Amino acid sequence: MKKEIPLAIVFVAGVFMAVQFFVPHAGSEWIYEFVMEWTIIIGIFALALGIWSLLRVSTTKIKRKMENWPYAVVLLAGLVSMIIFGMGFMGGVESYMFRHFFNHVMIPLHATMFSLLAFFIASAAFRAFKARSALATVLLISALVLMLRFNPYLGPVGDLDADLASWILNVPNLAAKRAIIIGIGLGMVATALKVILGIERSYMGSD
Amino acid sequence: MSWETFLWTTASVALTLFTFSFLYRDNPFYKFSESLFVGISAGYFVIILWYTGLVPTLFDRIWVGQPWWQIWGGKWWYLIPGILGLMMWFRFSKKKSWISRYPIAFYLGIATGAAIPLEMQNRVNRQLADTLVAPNFSAGWVAGISDVIIILGVVCGLFYFFFSVAHKGTFGGVAKAGIYILMIGFGASFGYTVMGRISLFIERVQSIRDWVEMGFEGGGGMTAVVWISVLIVLLLIMMEIMRHMRNKATEEAA
Amino acid sequence: MNFFERLSLLDRRWVYLILAAVVVITVLIEFDTPIRVNPEVRSIYDFMEEQQPGSYIHLAIDYDPGSLAEMHPMTYVIMEQALAKGLKVIMTALSPNGPGMAEQAMLEIMDSVKLHTGKEVIYGEDIVFLGYKPYPGIVILAMGQNYRLPFPGDYYNTSLDSIPMMEGIINYDNVEGVILITGTSGVDFWISYANGRYNVPLAVGLTGVMAADYYPYLKSGQIFGLMGGMLGAAEYEKLAGRPGRAMEAMRVQVWTHMVIILFILIGNIGYFISRRRGGSV
Repeated sequence: MKKEIPLAIVFVAGVFMAVQFFVPHAGSEWIYEFVMEWTIIIGIFALALGIWSLLRVSTTKIKRKMENWPYAVVLLAGLVSMIIFGMGFMGGVESYMFRHFFNHVMIPLHATMFSLLAFFIASAAFRAFKARSALATVLLISALVLMLRFNPYLGPVGDLDADLASWILNVPNLAAKRAIIIGIGLGMVATALKVILGIERSYMGSD
Repeated sequence: MSWETFLWTTASVALTLFTFSFLYRDNPFYKFSESLFVGISAGYFVIILWYTGLVPTLFDRIWVGQPWWQIWGGKWWYLIPGILGLMMWFRFSKKKSWISRYPIAFYLGIATGAAIPLEMQNRVNRQLADTLVAPNFSAGWVAGISDVIIILGVVCGLFYFFFSVAHKGTFGGVAKAGIYILMIGFGASFGYTVMGRISLFIERVQSIRDWVEMGFEGGGGMTAVVWISVLIVLLLIMMEIMRHMRNKATEEAA
Repeated sequence: MNFFERLSLLDRRWVYLILAAVVVITVLIEFDTPIRVNPEVRSIYDFMEEQQPGSYIHLAIDYDPGSLAEMHPMTYVIMEQALAKGLKVIMTALSPNGPGMAEQAMLEIMDSVKLHTGKEVIYGEDIVFLGYKPYPGIVILAMGQNYRLPFPGDYYNTSLDSIPMMEGIINYDNVEGVILITGTSGVDFWISYANGRYNVPLAVGLTGVMAADYYPYLKSGQIFGLMGGMLGAAEYEKLAGRPGRAMEAMRVQVWTHMVIILFILIGNIGYFISRRRGGSV
């Protein structure tokens, strides 16, 4: 029962959703709408698991005084304060502190964390982006054409480069990405079928 | 700019500089911002999930003004997804984790069932249908040749991913043409990626500049730039001192 | 060891410093950079201009603060254009850390429209923000049936049935199109589920990292427009006649790109010299 029922649920739910697409009958639409609402609700509970996991890891780190444990305190302080600022008695999502912490602490932290990537890509360009083979040279040339397309100091060459960049994006790049999209699409459908038919069962865990 | 706004924006500039300090070396200021980043994001998400998630989709549907112990009057059947959702939380239990399989199975069934016809239709069929069209030479030879390149490029690219036949002889040639087309695509992505990554840093510099311009209206801008520079140098000196102290303590302990 | 070989062994922090210096200098020194508008961006602008006042547009803001730099300029210029034209805007934010940012943009643009056009934008009559719900694929499908399935209330938990502009608005059939500005893979759901199942016209604004991957959908007509990264945002700002952060950032991009190309050239020259000598770098 621990395995058979989940397999049956996946099969019934999967077949219903796939068939519903082809048979949009009023009755099936009614169930379809219910299912949408229910899935969203279940999903919210599932996401809360991630927060619980983060709490567990951080508290364990503090309890065992593991390396860098004071930063786990900072993490928990941030988490708890944001929850308090957003609670109903503070004004919920419209509370002053919740909004200001979001705008002046969370946004700059997020944006700066990701902006570090600008430096890493510059360093990668310097160290790793080399024409070691014919394939790497093709990649390099294509990238350089794209990178020069908005350069105003190239005169008529700049216009030619912009046209060439546009052509690369709309022709060879399109062909390459289309092959990938079709490949991914076929892979997704195959995996989905394996899940529905009970061939792929990794979601059940090891027990 | 009011003092209040100035303080908030100064805090955001300080956190920005703390984070950038990682570029010099990993250090306590960066670790502080990193931990704060994770904590605040998680806390924010909790509130969003609660107030814009569970409250309207579940609680407000079940309890329409009546006390919490009374489920009749509202739409009690929403308790079912609620219970299924709670069953998810058994995932961490060593003995009862099997209970979480039921809601996961429900969710997976719905998601995969919805994906099969739609992904097949939109990623595979429509893309293939748009590829396998007669080259349009009436729009000019460039357009016609481009159409031919797209058809051949897609076929060769797909063949590169097809491993049921050994990539030798003619098949090897087709697969090789496929990998060249893919490399042009990856090069285009790289060219765009450079712009994307640099944009993130530009925005940070713009925001610091705005803070200087707005916070030091009336000619104090240069002073602010000097202060930021001093702050960065102090930050670097403190980082070196802390590192030195830590190394010394490790050596003594050894 | 020659000059180029020494350069290729340079500490990475010098590379960082050069990049930072170029960005800071070009942000501080003002000069114009010409922007060439591509047809994939123009088609979005033309679509917005063709709409009559009172038409509904769905603006999906699916990005986190991490990609705000490229996405915010698109959001600002399109939302401002829509509100100034008198279009009704339905906003959603299907990225976990995005709702606060979408709300901030909405509030600022409401003020900005009043400042520039004198037109008072009223929440609930001209614009509504539905907020966030998890699992974009399911939410996008559900909105195709009825906005009320995933969003019984808006971001502030006001019932959709009591919001004036949502009266008679059921699903995608009631909007002229969806303009999606995103830094997440949720774009695939919008294409396959919203456009694929419900045939709603869809245009996308994407981060630079993602942009090149979505040209196949442009040609197949599954999306009718595409803005790629900061350049796409700058092109739109130029079309709308509202120069903003993106157009300003493009002058910085020109110089930083030249520096990065220089890095690539130096790295390659060093590599070829060392290879000729039989070494490896």
